[in-house]
Amino acid sequence: MTDEPNNPTPDTHDEPSHAPPPGERRYWLDDPRNVDKICKALYVVCAALVLADLLYHKHVHFGVDGWFGFYGVFGFVAFVVVVLAGKLLRKLVMRREDYYDH
Amino acid sequence: MTTNAPPGAIMIVGALVILLLRGRRQAIGALLITIMSLVSLMFCSRGTYGTFQLFDYQLTVVRVDGLSLAFGYIFHIAAIIATIYALHVRDGTQHAAGLIYAGSAIGAVFAGDLITLFTYWEITAVSSVFLIWASRTDRSYKAGIRYLIIQVGSGVLLLSGVLLHVRDTGSIAFDHLIGEDGAISHASPGVILIFLAFGIKCAFPLLHNWLQDAYPKSTVTGAVFLSTFTTKLAVYALARGFAGTDCLIWIGVTMTLFPIVFAVIENDLRKVLAYSLNNQLGFMVVGIGIGSALSLNGTVAHAFCHILYKSLLFMSMGAVLYRTGTCQASKLGGLYKSMPITAICCIIGAASISAFPLTNGFVSKSLILSAAADHHMIAVWLLLLVASAGVMEHSGIKIPFFAFFAHDSGIRCKEAPKHMLVAMIIAATLCIGIGVFPGPLYSILPYDMTEAYVPYTVGHVVGQLQLLLFAMLAFVFLVKFRVYPPETPSENLDTDWSYRRAAPAVVGAVYFVGGIVWRALLKLGRGQVDDVLYVVRRICAPPGIFARTWTTSGMVIWATILLGAYLLLYYIRVAP
Repeated sequence: MTDEPNNPTPDTHDEPSHAPPPGERRYWLDDPRNVDKICKALYVVCAALVLADLLYHKHVHFGVDGWFGFYGVFGFVAFVVVVLAGKLLRKLVMRREDYYDH
Repeated sequence: MTTNAPPGAIMIVGALVILLLRGRRQAIGALLITIMSLVSLMFCSRGTYGTFQLFDYQLTVVRVDGLSLAFGYIFHIAAIIATIYALHVRDGTQHAAGLIYAGSAIGAVFAGDLITLFTYWEITAVSSVFLIWASRTDRSYKAGIRYLIIQVGSGVLLLSGVLLHVRDTGSIAFDHLIGEDGAISHASPGVILIFLAFGIKCAFPLLHNWLQDAYPKSTVTGAVFLSTFTTKLAVYALARGFAGTDCLIWIGVTMTLFPIVFAVIENDLRKVLAYSLNNQLGFMVVGIGIGSALSLNGTVAHAFCHILYKSLLFMSMGAVLYRTGTCQASKLGGLYKSMPITAICCIIGAASISAFPLTNGFVSKSLILSAAADHHMIAVWLLLLVASAGVMEHSGIKIPFFAFFAHDSGIRCKEAPKHMLVAMIIAATLCIGIGVFPGPLYSILPYDMTEAYVPYTVGHVVGQLQLLLFAMLAFVFLVKFRVYPPETPSENLDTDWSYRRAAPAVVGAVYFVGGIVWRALLKLGRGQVDDVLYVVRRICAPPGIFARTWTTSGMVIWATILLGAYLLLYYIRVAP
């Protein structure tokens, strides 16, 4: 068994470091495991919301809005598209902070 | 008991009194005057009054109806909240400017004619710039100048439009200005100019950038005032004059979409809020464009709620700026430890703007989306959904996450001052209160609907929660897989580049080339003149022939020679 709860391995979490300065009170969110808990809770809620689509009658306006899980998929894709569009835009319009000062 | 005092006038006159006071009394005085103004409005009777003759025209200074009252109430509530938030400010200019600005915006929504509207329109422009200049930095001074030029420019367009409109119709009444067909292309030039003037203040696409340029450079408290009045005054004016104008639907959709992409990459969180403000205006403009009772009520409700949560977000970021000295996302993070109440208020504001159920954004935005769906505008509806996911990105997640959570910046500061917390808590309470009990808000909406609107249906709630939480899920994945763009100190070019860089560069190039051509022409001309001068100088200057001293005998000899020549010529001529 190679369970290493006490091994101070580098923080492999993709969130930036949550460590407070030494000697300061540790908050609940300072522990990356708790951040993971929040993420897992989000997955569960999302799954529940999609399944909830089965439980009520949808008032459909266009057809697509009646599809199973439509809003979830749409929200996910729209969010990713917006962020990727932002990354593209950055290549076009990003300049130094003091661009207008000279 | 009723009162016929022009709404807003108390605040404008009160501002002059404020300037006579000193220190803390100015701040408290400003708050009392704003409350007095609200009380006065509550006793206002409906109808038109304050009419008087100005040359050939009869002005109607006050028209109180459902539409103006809804805006009048929320403008007052926002002004009171902003004034509480600004209680620490010891700068009479800011208090007076805030009061005059709010008072004139209130006056404008009650203006019954276009000339009164224009007058208030310009007062809002001139008074609000002091809230930007009050930062007293070189950047804020220059941004203020740019802001003022554009705002006054909007006023000049409005006046020109009003003059043409009056010439065409003979009427100065501020009523519905667009024809039954709702086509701006069929409108008269005067009406088109008025539309453009409103469009500038409403931050239409390509006319928008004064907002993102100026608002983030205003003072901590100034931004709270600015976020409320100018743009929502324009929304009111559009709703009054241009309801049902077709092109507004697509103008609005564009407004909801492009600012969100800029907001994603912006590092200054108050500038993110300015882009987000622009995006929210888009929803309201779509509502005006659709022009049904449901959509127009949606616009009014959304303006009402938007003012609350946008003020709340500007207040929370202002508190961060006040305590840490920066609003750059790249320098912030982990502030929930130092400013927990501010963080909670910010999250409530973020949830409200994202339109989570039980917040005011949900009960107001739903009206506009439902109106688009009722009119079977599938493209508009889908794009508004994209924009809603975008709002979740930049205001729902980015603002609270990068300021209060994300990586710990190590900044440890005090919680926001008490009066700021009070102002934020009032706004947050209203955001939740209206979200939970939308009845009172719906009861003041001005347009008659055939059936009462019910925001809380299972379908609505589940659909909206799916949209928002899956957007949040996308954020988690994008951060986990390092696709989410990092916050970087930068300046992102927007349309202000055209007048801050391109136009000066073109003018500079023209000046440079013109200078070369001018100097060449000058050299050529001077060469010619020099040649003439050379000849003249040779003849006239010493020892030139005309510059010599002639002796009397020499003159006599020449006179004799000339006379002899004359005689000779005479004989030649008379000889047969």
